[in-house]
Amino acid sequence: MPTLVRSAPSLDPEAGGSLPALRRWWRRFDRWWLLFLAAVLVVALLVLFVPDPYRRILLFLLDGVVVTLRVTIVSFLFILIVGMFGGLARVSSARLVSGLASLYVEIVRGIPVLVWLLWIWFALPQLLERLGQATLTALPAVGQWLLDLKLGEYTAAIVGFTFAYGAYMTEIFRAGIQSIPKGQMEAARSLGMSYLQAMRYIVLPQAVRVILPPVGNEFVTLLKDSSLVSILAVSDLTRRGREFVARTFLSFDTFTMVALIYLILTLFFTRISTAVERRMAVEKR
Amino acid sequence: MSEKIIEIKHVHKWFGRTHALDDVSLEVAPGEVLVIIGPSGSGKSTLLRSINHLEAINAGEIIVDGIPLTHKSTDINAVRAEVGMVFQQFNLFPHLSALENIALAQRIVRKRDAAAAERKARELLERVGIPEKAHAYPGQLSGGQQQRVAIARALAMDPKIMLFDEPTSALDPEMIKEVLDVMLDLAKTGMTMLCVTHEMGFARAAAQRMVFMDFGKIVEETTPELLFTAPRHERTKLFLSKILEH
Repeated sequence: MPTLVRSAPSLDPEAGGSLPALRRWWRRFDRWWLLFLAAVLVVALLVLFVPDPYRRILLFLLDGVVVTLRVTIVSFLFILIVGMFGGLARVSSARLVSGLASLYVEIVRGIPVLVWLLWIWFALPQLLERLGQATLTALPAVGQWLLDLKLGEYTAAIVGFTFAYGAYMTEIFRAGIQSIPKGQMEAARSLGMSYLQAMRYIVLPQAVRVILPPVGNEFVTLLKDSSLVSILAVSDLTRRGREFVARTFLSFDTFTMVALIYLILTLFFTRISTAVERRMAVEKR
Repeated sequence: MSEKIIEIKHVHKWFGRTHALDDVSLEVAPGEVLVIIGPSGSGKSTLLRSINHLEAINAGEIIVDGIPLTHKSTDINAVRAEVGMVFQQFNLFPHLSALENIALAQRIVRKRDAAAAERKARELLERVGIPEKAHAYPGQLSGGQQQRVAIARALAMDPKIMLFDEPTSALDPEMIKEVLDVMLDLAKTGMTMLCVTHEMGFARAAAQRMVFMDFGKIVEETTPELLFTAPRHERTKLFLSKILEH
C-alpha cells in the first residue's frame, strides 16, 4: 500500500539527514539573538511600512543615539580609570588612602545618580562662583580661575557619571583584586617585585578577567542611565524623544521607538560583553 | 665577623595571642642545607617566611647576607631578589606561560633584556627536566611539573638562598620524587637551602643539619643521622615516632 504520509525528514545522521546540520545552525541563535532580531525587525518593519510617522521619528532620534553612545563610552573610559585607582586605594595598606577611598564610595553610593548629575550641573557652578568671589581678594589668580571655570553640559554629564559610577566601579575592582589568592602577591613579592609591579603584572591582569561580567553589566546599566542627562539639556536619545513628542504629541509612537532602540543597544552590548568574557575564558584555560 | 648568610636572633612573632615564634635563634652558613621539621602550628613556616619578610617579626633581628631585614633603610625588594621561595601551593602565575613565569621577574626586577631572560628561562626549564613545556600554561601542567617550574622561576633570579615551604606536600605521591630530585641536584651545587618538609628521605640525603620545632621554639638542632637515631628531647622522639613508622 503506498504511503500517504511522508515520513519526517530523517534526524539520523547516518541516514544522511540534513536536519542535524540545520539544527546545529539553528541552536546558535539563542534567546538573546531571537530577541535582538525581533526588536530590529519591528523597528525595520515600522520604518519601512509605516514611514509616517516612524521613519520621521527614527531620523529625528538618530542624532540622539549618537549622543547617548558618546556620553556612555567616554564616561565609561573615565569610570574604568577611577575604578581601577579607587580599587587599588581600597586595598591599600595605607590607612589614609583606603579610608578616603571608602569614604568616597560610601558617600557617592548613598546618593542617587540623578541627584549627582543635578548637583554637578546646578550646584557646582554656584559653589565655584562663591569660592571664586571669596578668594578673589586674597588669591586673585585662583579666584579668577574659579570664576572662569565653566562646565559645558557634556562635560558636566561626563564628570557626573564618572564621579557617581566610579564608586561602583571601585567596588568591582576591589572585589576582583581581593578575589586573587594571596599566594599570587606573595610569589610576586618573593621574587623581588615591588607592590606596584606585582599589582601591574600579576594581580590586576588576573583581576580584570574576573571582573569582566560585572564590568560589562555596568556598561549596560550606564547606557540606560545615560537617559538621565536629558535633564541636563543634553540631547541624548531620551531627550530627542521628548522633544519630538513636545512638537507632535505622538507619545505612543515616539516613546515606543525610543524604548526599542534602547533595547537594541543594550542587547547588542550585552552580547559583546558575553563574547569578550568567553574569549578571555578560552585564552586563560 | 659573621660568615653566616642568615642570622636569626631571638626572634618573636605573635599572631594575635598566638606566640608563633618564641625566642628563636638560628644561624645558617652559606651552602648549607637545613631541613626544618615539626608538627603543624609549630612555627616552621612562619620562621621560613620571616626570612624573606613575608611575615614581619615583632621582636629580635633577622640578618640576611649581612642586611638586617627590619631596618628602615633596607630595600626589602632587593633582599627578596636574593632569596628565592618555593611554595606548597606552587603559586605560578596562571595567566602566563611557563617560560613567561620564569622570565618576568628577571626582566622587571633584574632588568635583564628579553632575550637574556628567555635564554635563562629555557636553560632552567632544561635543568628541571621539562624544556618542552616552555609554552604551556600552569593549568596544563601536572602538580610536579608546576612545582618544577616554580623552582626554576625562583632560581632564575640567581638567588643566594632558596627557601622551600613544604614543596611536596600538595603533590600526588608519584610526583614527589621528580621535585625532590631537582632539590637534591640543587643541594649538590652548593646552594644555601632551608626546607620545611616531611620528606625524611630527602633530609637524610641532602641536609647537613636538621631543626625540630614545636610550639614556636627550636627544640633540637643536629645532624639528620643524630636526630633520627638519637633524639635528645621527648617531644622530638614523640614527633618522630609518629612520622617515621614506614
